[in-house]
Amino acid sequence: MNVSTSELELRALMISGLDGDAAAHRTLLENLSSRLRGYFTGQLNRIGRGPVEAEDLVQEALMAIHTRRHTYDPAQLFTPWVYAIARYKFVDYLRREKASMRNLPIEDTKELATSDSSSQVESSLDLERLMAGLTPKVRQAIQAVKLDGLSVTEAAAQCEMSESNVKVTIHRGLKAMARLIRENRS
Amino acid sequence: MKTDQLINLLSTNLEPVKRGETKKTLIWTILAGGLAAVCLMLATVGLRPGGAWFLSGYLLLKLLFMLILICAGAALLAKLVSPGQDGRKLYTVILLAFLAIGSAGVCALALGPPAARDQMMMGSQWAICALCIPLFAIVPFAGLIWALRRGAPTNLRRTGAVAGLVAGALGAVAYAFHCPDDSIPFIALWYGGMVALCALLGAALGPRLLRW
Repeated sequence: MNVSTSELELRALMISGLDGDAAAHRTLLENLSSRLRGYFTGQLNRIGRGPVEAEDLVQEALMAIHTRRHTYDPAQLFTPWVYAIARYKFVDYLRREKASMRNLPIEDTKELATSDSSSQVESSLDLERLMAGLTPKVRQAIQAVKLDGLSVTEAAAQCEMSESNVKVTIHRGLKAMARLIRENRS
Repeated sequence: MKTDQLINLLSTNLEPVKRGETKKTLIWTILAGGLAAVCLMLATVGLRPGGAWFLSGYLLLKLLFMLILICAGAALLAKLVSPGQDGRKLYTVILLAFLAIGSAGVCALALGPPAARDQMMMGSQWAICALCIPLFAIVPFAGLIWALRRGAPTNLRRTGAVAGLVAGALGAVAYAFHCPDDSIPFIALWYGGMVALCALLGAALGPRLLRW
């Protein structure tokens, strides 16, 4: 695909997503996840890390793209924005790896042989464990709106919160999840 | 967890995003930080006595120098919180402001009577100036870090440095209303120097405080 057409398409999807178009946002994240997978796999190959770590980073970057999407200025190009986030997350990963490898015995280093070549690699993150790291109120709101797919109005009734409270709680909850994902390794 | 699961979670019941919130937050934080610095100045060292100084060119020069730094710094921060953006011209503006005041200071020293040089550089209370500017900058700096953390800075050292610069300049604006020392070399050396020091401290703290 031509680079500039993909920039135009991705930017259009991003802008629709910012306006609240869920389908466009999903297409965008799907499209980006395969690009990010390519980027992180390439970077990690050079330092001898496997697809699970790559998938961890893909998910961390997707989470960052989602929770920080308000920082994208529609007047600017979209691909440099995504690339800067991916690069930042990779540099951050390297820094944390360096810190955690100092107190790791060499025998504990993970084997590379497991689960390659599958396109459906699972990350080392566990959704249930992530959810367990949230406060009960936040967990309940995310479960209702983001996993069970209830509307904000229905969720507000179920959780006995106001609608705006549900929205704010979910927003904070996703940020907390992004933090948990990041801390998963360290 | 499969990535599809995460994408599902993120795109279910998507909320629209308000535009321009990050910039608005930055502007309000700078205003509030400046106000806090002025209040701290009033509560500690207090306004400069007398009234004639208010109309003197020196106060204006101090404020002008700092306002250039604050405006250029704020515009830079607005770019730095957004991944993939960088405002190269704005660094030049900041550098030129320092160069201009520095060379004006050197000229004033060269043209002034040699006997007065010490007085022109050190003023009557350089130590209080050196202490107050960073002290008044603390609250604005904390505010800026809070605001920047709501964005997505990817160059943490540089973002920290510019935050330190803007906070230092806000501290210097507050101190200017107390400062009894009216000379260009003093402004260049102590105002310029302390603001630069704040920027250095910001650069040192940035990677730790802004990580996300």
